[in-house]
Amino acid sequence: MKYWRKPLDEAAAGKSRGEIVVIVDRCKGCGFCIAYCPRGVLRLSSGFNKKGYHPPEVVNAPKCAACHFCEALCPEFAIYVVEPDTKT
Amino acid sequence: MKIRKPSKEPPVHPKDSLLRVERIPHIWCPGCGIGTVFGAVMGAIQKSGCDLDRLAMVSGIGCTGRMAGYIRLDSFHTTHGRAIPFATGLKLARPETKVLVVSGDGDLLAIGGNHFIHAARRNIDLTVICVNNLNYGMTGGQQAPSTPFGARTPTSVAGSPEEPFNFCHLAAACGAVYVARWTALHIRLLTNAITEAMQKRGFSFLEVLTPCPSSFGRRNKMGSALDTLKFYHDRSVIRNGIDPRDALLDYDNQIVVGRFVDIERPTFTDNYEAVNLRHAMPSPEPERPQGRRKP
Repeated sequence: MKYWRKPLDEAAAGKSRGEIVVIVDRCKGCGFCIAYCPRGVLRLSSGFNKKGYHPPEVVNAPKCAACHFCEALCPEFAIYVVEPDTKT
Repeated sequence: MKIRKPSKEPPVHPKDSLLRVERIPHIWCPGCGIGTVFGAVMGAIQKSGCDLDRLAMVSGIGCTGRMAGYIRLDSFHTTHGRAIPFATGLKLARPETKVLVVSGDGDLLAIGGNHFIHAARRNIDLTVICVNNLNYGMTGGQQAPSTPFGARTPTSVAGSPEEPFNFCHLAAACGAVYVARWTALHIRLLTNAITEAMQKRGFSFLEVLTPCPSSFGRRNKMGSALDTLKFYHDRSVIRNGIDPRDALLDYDNQIVVGRFVDIERPTFTDNYEAVNLRHAMPSPEPERPQGRRKP
């Protein structure tokens, strides 16, 4: 992450980081999570799920800032973000 | 080094605790906004931290009506247009219960329109969420009271000749204490609004604009659900606190969203108790002699 200035408490505060979990078989491939990810972490995969849709896949995992917007927007409850305990 | 074995358990979504997981995937089309609104409702319930045993959801018929079948709460899927009468009865029988009514525009404001205006007039303590997809989605996309002027549906093939309702203005004019409108993309604001509406005493009304890619979007050349969501994103303007009369849904220029009404008014239960108390009190006038007077 690029800052226009270095935060004074950068070492103490840390950066929030998330791990995206996709429940592949729930996805219906609407693409909301991909279009509205502010960091461009997701991409439509070329593979199919059980129902024949293309679920999203994570392409840029370290860029996820755990904003949980994909989780909130997903109409199928198929994607969510886990925040690891230790912030890096 | 400890090697973590891959778990045999399926992944658990944070909203699974409120979801009847055995019924998922749901029936809503790919890209339908009802799922997003449903997620916002569950998010608001989790955020408000209210007692789940004292919370009930009532829905009518239609795509949105299925929401009551997917939530792990006391819920009831009523007949067409009758979600508010059922919820009214539930609220009066169990005043300590918070009652959420979720329904579509056709169910709530066409067939159930009369119930809606009278529940707002009486100020019954309900939280009503109207998922507005601009048509009767489940029955094939027929014209609804929310269909914009000139929009094509199977029952208005040359374009709708009617002016649509402004639901927020209607609710405010009938006496609702909380009125807001958001789209399915304003997900954080919507979640906050549902939390606020649930905590509000009285008739609170929320209108949520959602894409309907299979019926309305397809016939009106709105593209995919993602295109409709982008359309809402580009056109919507937040105007908190304006008169709902001016909160127009002008799809050619701008879609006004925001929280329009937030007032206090005694609820039906308050008034009912006050009237009964007054009735039960001894009258200040001297008691009239009983029985017949002797001649």
